[in-house]
Amino acid sequence: MFDSRELSHKVAIVGAAETDAVGVLPDRSQLQLHAEAALNALDDAGLTLDDIDGYAGIPGAGMTEYLGIMPRWIDGTGVGGCSFLIHVSHAVAAIAAGYCNTVLITHGESGRSRVGVARPGPGPQTPGGQFAQPFGIAGPPTMFSVPIARHMATYGTTEEHLAAVSVATRQWAERNPRAMMRDPITIEDVLNSRLIAWPLHLLNCCLVTDGGGALILTSEDRARDFPKPPVYVLGRGEAAQHQDISQMWDFTEWTAAAQITGPEAFRMAGLGHDDIDHLMLYDAFSHTPIYALEALGFVKPGEAGPWFAEMNSAPGGTLPVNTNGGGLSYTHTGMYGMFAIQEAVRQLRGEAAAQVDGVKTSLVHAPGGMFSATATLILGNE
Amino acid sequence: MKPQKPLPEPSPETQPYWDGLRNHELRIQRCKACGLGYFYPRPFCPRPGCHSRDVEWFTASGNGKLHSYVIAHRGHPAFDTPYVIAVVELAEGGRMMTNIVGLEDPTPDQLPIDADVEIVYDDVSAELTLPMFRLK
Repeated sequence: MFDSRELSHKVAIVGAAETDAVGVLPDRSQLQLHAEAALNALDDAGLTLDDIDGYAGIPGAGMTEYLGIMPRWIDGTGVGGCSFLIHVSHAVAAIAAGYCNTVLITHGESGRSRVGVARPGPGPQTPGGQFAQPFGIAGPPTMFSVPIARHMATYGTTEEHLAAVSVATRQWAERNPRAMMRDPITIEDVLNSRLIAWPLHLLNCCLVTDGGGALILTSEDRARDFPKPPVYVLGRGEAAQHQDISQMWDFTEWTAAAQITGPEAFRMAGLGHDDIDHLMLYDAFSHTPIYALEALGFVKPGEAGPWFAEMNSAPGGTLPVNTNGGGLSYTHTGMYGMFAIQEAVRQLRGEAAAQVDGVKTSLVHAPGGMFSATATLILGNE
Repeated sequence: MKPQKPLPEPSPETQPYWDGLRNHELRIQRCKACGLGYFYPRPFCPRPGCHSRDVEWFTASGNGKLHSYVIAHRGHPAFDTPYVIAVVELAEGGRMMTNIVGLEDPTPDQLPIDADVEIVYDDVSAELTLPMFRLK
């Protein structure tokens, strides 16, 4: 049997960049956003496309055609917003196995302007088409949100707790000039914003934007030969559970994170909760970081609402969370996980807009779909 | 003109379920190995630790409990807001998505978690009936 611990610290992120801008970009197609991020990340690493021999991204072969490359390792895993964390996880194994040496991972999404985007949607014969769509599902706000009422009834989580996540995250966005929403907000502002799908108000919901990001990974022995300090992959975990929210195993906990991705990432990294300096917890909605914090074991089940209400995650708090302003206030193209990794890399390089002092480790955690797939990364700079 | 509601199309493995609804019967499947009902239809038990292929169709009571829900205030354009998108835990086992009907202006205090609910058959057309639920 192989042991994932042997792969800890063996592969590093040596290039990382986003598109020139994130937000509203109607002049760029989705593939163009991928490519712009890719070329920016290659510039960041001092490499060119001809140096790339491994590629991971949801378009798969469509992207290799657009970029004009022929990688000898490819991963087209597309399970929603955590796909990019899974690409990193798979790239670590591929590089360690010698399948390739230099991996490019790209994300581009015209989530707001919808330029150059295919829209298949669930067919009426799929499980979603038969058993969810007929009941008036209207995108993630009416699906991702369904478990919350049961968490509230079980643990006493309140709308005020949910609002606190949005308020704390906005405080980070105020410090980030690239963030889309930077005006300060209060708990009352969140509760007074219009109802989207009770218990979610408008300010509990992520933005819908355009943008992209890309990463370059290579082996540890080459990692110091690049212009920027390396960010090592210390631990990883991935899991998939259900597709439709009605089939989530337990509405009160993020089971895949609690049982698989969190324990596996910590074990591989050889680290404990007290060793983590910084968190990126994908915030599609205010409840997502609440479920994540509990499932990953940073607090006990039911304690995350009060923990956020005490502003522990905000600037000056005990454990900084979503320091770019998150999907709630920075940007959210639809599959946000790439942007969570980008901010972790910036913090670990010491180049973040809202830089936290002394960040040596960062844990990045994301869902794909509606808590459907799950991935966790632990990154470090030593 | 108001957009149309998205309607389901049966697949071979789900046809008995949709046929049952048309006759105002909730026909779902039960695992003979673990004894529990499950939803949606498929030719084996999806329950972790079981996964038996020894399954049978039966007519469920149509009773269940309100497992969780949202009240959509911005929803599908074919639906009048507010409306309740809910997940019901069926008495015999299995969870399904549905709408809670019969509330003029639904609010959280009318909809306690684990409230008893029962099926209401919504005849959309001669060929299609959808399973809705109401508070008991």
